[in-house]
Amino acid sequence: MNAPPPAARLSLRGISKRYPSVIANDAIDLDIAPGEIHAVLGENGAGKSTLMKIIYGVTRPDAGEIVWEGRKLAISSPSMARELGIGMVFQHFSLFETLTVAENIALSIDRPQAELHDEIREVSTRYGLPLDPARLVHSLSVGERQRVEIVRCLLQKPRLLIMDEPTSVLTPQAVQQLFATLRRLAGEGCSILYISHKLDEIRALCERATVLRGGRVSGEADPRLESNDSLARMMIGGELPACTLNPQAPGELRLALNGLSLTSDDPFGTALQDVSLAVHGGEIVGIAGISGNGQQELLAALSGEKKLARADGLSLRGVAAGKLGPSARRALGLGLGFVPEERLGRGAVPEMSLADNALLTGATRAGMLKGPWIQRSKVREFAREVIARFKVKAPDEDALAQSLSGGNLQKFIIGREVMLAPEVMVVAQPTWGVDVGAAMLIRNALIDMRNRGVAVLVISEELDELFMICDRIAVLADGRLSPAIATADASVELIGRWMSGDFSEKDSHVPA
Amino acid sequence: MFQLETRPVPSATMRLLSPLIAALLMLASGFVLFTLLGQPALKAFYVFFVQPLTTLYGVGEWLLKATPLLLCSLGLLIAYRANVWNIGAEGQLVMGAIAGGGVALAFPDVSASWLMPAMLVAGVAGGMAWAALPALLRTRFHTNEILVSLMLVYVAGLGLRFLVNGPWRDPEGFNFPQSRMFHEAAILPLLHPEMRVTVAGVLALMLVGLIWLFLSKSWLGFRLTVAGQAPAAARYAGFGERRNVWIAMLISGGFAGLAGVAEVAGPLGQLQPSVSPGYGFAAIIVAFVGRLNPLGALLASLLMSLLYLGGETAQMELGLPAAITGLFQGLLLFYLLAADLFIHYRVRRSERAPAAVLKEATR
Amino acid sequence: MNEGLILALLLSTASAATPLMLAALGELVTERSGVLNLGVEGMMLVGAVAAFATMSQTGSPLLAFGVAMLSGCALSLLFGVLTLHLMTNQVATGLALTLFGVGLAAFVGQPYVGGVVKGVEPLLFGLDPITLLAFVLCGGLWWFLGKSRAGLLLRAVGEKPAVADAIGYPVRRIRYLAVLFGGAMAGLGGAFLSLVNTPMWVEGMTAGRGWIALALVVFATWRPERVLLGAWLFGGMTVLQFHAQALGLAIPSEFLSMLPYLATIAVLVLICRNPRTILLNQPLSLGKTYHPDR
Repeated sequence: MNAPPPAARLSLRGISKRYPSVIANDAIDLDIAPGEIHAVLGENGAGKSTLMKIIYGVTRPDAGEIVWEGRKLAISSPSMARELGIGMVFQHFSLFETLTVAENIALSIDRPQAELHDEIREVSTRYGLPLDPARLVHSLSVGERQRVEIVRCLLQKPRLLIMDEPTSVLTPQAVQQLFATLRRLAGEGCSILYISHKLDEIRALCERATVLRGGRVSGEADPRLESNDSLARMMIGGELPACTLNPQAPGELRLALNGLSLTSDDPFGTALQDVSLAVHGGEIVGIAGISGNGQQELLAALSGEKKLARADGLSLRGVAAGKLGPSARRALGLGLGFVPEERLGRGAVPEMSLADNALLTGATRAGMLKGPWIQRSKVREFAREVIARFKVKAPDEDALAQSLSGGNLQKFIIGREVMLAPEVMVVAQPTWGVDVGAAMLIRNALIDMRNRGVAVLVISEELDELFMICDRIAVLADGRLSPAIATADASVELIGRWMSGDFSEKDSHVPA
Repeated sequence: MFQLETRPVPSATMRLLSPLIAALLMLASGFVLFTLLGQPALKAFYVFFVQPLTTLYGVGEWLLKATPLLLCSLGLLIAYRANVWNIGAEGQLVMGAIAGGGVALAFPDVSASWLMPAMLVAGVAGGMAWAALPALLRTRFHTNEILVSLMLVYVAGLGLRFLVNGPWRDPEGFNFPQSRMFHEAAILPLLHPEMRVTVAGVLALMLVGLIWLFLSKSWLGFRLTVAGQAPAAARYAGFGERRNVWIAMLISGGFAGLAGVAEVAGPLGQLQPSVSPGYGFAAIIVAFVGRLNPLGALLASLLMSLLYLGGETAQMELGLPAAITGLFQGLLLFYLLAADLFIHYRVRRSERAPAAVLKEATR
Repeated sequence: MNEGLILALLLSTASAATPLMLAALGELVTERSGVLNLGVEGMMLVGAVAAFATMSQTGSPLLAFGVAMLSGCALSLLFGVLTLHLMTNQVATGLALTLFGVGLAAFVGQPYVGGVVKGVEPLLFGLDPITLLAFVLCGGLWWFLGKSRAGLLLRAVGEKPAVADAIGYPVRRIRYLAVLFGGAMAGLGGAFLSLVNTPMWVEGMTAGRGWIALALVVFATWRPERVLLGAWLFGGMTVLQFHAQALGLAIPSEFLSMLPYLATIAVLVLICRNPRTILLNQPLSLGKTYHPDR
């Protein structure tokens, strides 16, 4: 056994964690020096989050050893991790919406509230993360909530800060601000573990990278000396596949939103304000933006899960469909296909078979009913076809939806909707938490639909993805929708500015 | 050290086994309980679970008590599958008895063959109407159907008491709070002259098949099941929530109402201040122990009926309190819930605790 | 109406309100931790019978109230083990607890039917000690939930157990404590019925008060100070019912007895009419099973 380098702040040796259906971490080694910004890189499901939870004491490893500043120890709880000087900013925030900023922070730091208020103000201004301690968390934007998390960590003067996919909630401009804060912290001697699957970011920020694949360490590198391709090879064991979008003239108007305004059913949700949008046959329109800016509300309005006050607020193939429910919109004349962002529980019923899940939306369109009765043979046949055509890894159509991996279930859901031959297809977060192979299959399926003349609307947090597959891009920010511009005319800077709610069309500055 | 871990896929075997495990555990508890009460356990067991079934009359009583339990639970299992928590079947049963019995009292001279069907329809309608209230309040005002349906149990019971104390009291009944006895056309025919069980038992059996078909083959049954398992998926698929609530409540109310009218037109033969010893509540247990499956409910209702019967026999023969039945019923449901854990989880024996692993690695 | 009558009315309202208040405050704490225990009725009944039995055996009211609280705790512990450790459905388990409690109370109470014990004496202004305790409890909980750090923790656990767990708080232990408190208060409320309100034991004597207490928690939008208001409203209704009978109003007694149940429904409709009222006030994780991932 190698002795850890004496200078290491944290060393992991042979960390393993097994879950019933998967080995999340398999003998992982990792060293991080004081003041180092260290990337943990890997695609979805590579085991990054599990490893971080182990370091933060949320999950316990089945085997392996943790050495913190030269001491071997077991981190048995997050509070112990905090006492050691480890802070963590979670990907899905660990904040309580109904409590104030100060109350949230008080839950981790036992200090009188008045004292905390002052400290929060002091630390937040020092690091350029302005915050009002008395605000209720649900009134903050997603970016501001991340600030609360970071400030909460900083108040404990951490010597190791773990950031789990922090940039998915930030505009490109805010990412630069975050990087400045992190570099400053590192300069003060704090080590930073930066978890991400975004290669450009890692090359810009980190000094060292540990790459994970399938729960194992597949490589170590200095990302500043690597290219995206060489990092990708370590991450997925091959080249990053690309997809091509051949130019084609859009067809007739298929989906239109006409000045849609809508309050949210969720008391902490975002109201939609005067949203207008047109999607034609044969084009893919992408809606960028950080989740929580009205995406849920827009999707519910599109699918019919939330009916509109005015029938003409939404039209499908020229028919005013605002007051119709989901099944009426899905019916033959209108032909809406819809893939929601939650797969288990919304797009599919977890404890039902794939066949029954095919029946869920396919019943009327695919002729699976005879009067009030279900025709099981037709249901099975349809499910088998989806499984075969979309390369869903499942033993058969009797497999339960919950037994599939995220990527496979998404392939099944998208496949089901595609095979119902929609005229208009709305897809939310098509590749969230999906491995690279499945993501490419899904993107190509969407492009294929577009080439066949279907109107496709994609709502995604992944800017790279939208730039890859969309003909036009719009941005949803704080419940308002920007104009949709041709992808060729859009730049990351412009889209980033739109994401912060400033919809003026011209670039304010031309990057050098 | 033992640990629970989630099964990748819920166990179908455990789903079937767990009611059996629960029943066995209940019997084991009975053994302990009888012993604690100073009874020779084996004799008490015999008296409780075997003796009631040794005569033809006893078998008849067994089926007689199973009938309302089965009827109520058939409706409840549909509601629970749809995640609609109707726990007011007892009140809906009472309303069914009032409505059906009301028809019998309103036509004392009619002996035509339409009377009985009319009574049954009135009973079903009475139960449905009583279940429609919580459905209306939930779909219109978002009130919790558990509390509303339960409150209505008390209201229905008081309503029945008012009727038999006041307007419907038998004038020749020596001031007892009960209606006059129903005339012959208003009484369900018996299955066998030596048993008190009526044709309602056969009707309930037929309904088992119907509900089974409904749940396993029909589009509507599928939609209700989806609504119960994943409400968001039901909304996504376009199965309207309001409609599901209405259907689930009306079906369960209707079945309870049918059970009510079958009681007054059967073994009771009149309206009394109390027409049920809590069948509507016990049916909740029947529905769960029967795995929300109609065939399961059939078996579970026979078990529960035996508990009622055994309680009565034990009271007469051994002087045990009849309330022991309620105790057994509650225990049965507890054991079932506990045993259900193993449908979704399994016990893993972790060879060494994680802390020990770490400690060892430091050597 | 003279002052004496008003005072008498107030006092009888207070004692009708107390059992509701105790049970509702207990359930409120349980629900604030994210656990829905529908077994209040069962726990109250068992508390009532336990108190009555202890009182007849020992004659010590202190002991009787203590035993009632302990037996409420015991039942809620059973509920806690099932829902928090064995992760059973909270609604089904709560129903089971009520059904079991009803059976258990009837079983235990059989020998005491028709027995009589000495009632509890007033302590202050004609009020008995338990009623005074209920007031203190109400104020105490208002402070605890709104001002104390432990209360903040309880609310956090009821809001997002997974997050509280990730921060490092013992979610299960906190929920156990909340469930046990709910059990103790339901037991105490039951004891009040069988020792103070009507010093005797009758099968099913709670007559749905446990369920009304559950409705009161919703009515109070999970705030202790509003439980006070709700409980007094219902207490007043019960008293009205008795006095209407005494005044010889020509309404059949059955209809008067329906009043509290109908009022419960009316109150629920009033509060739930606007779904946002509930969404904004109800603990976010209420009724949902939490399985810590270790």
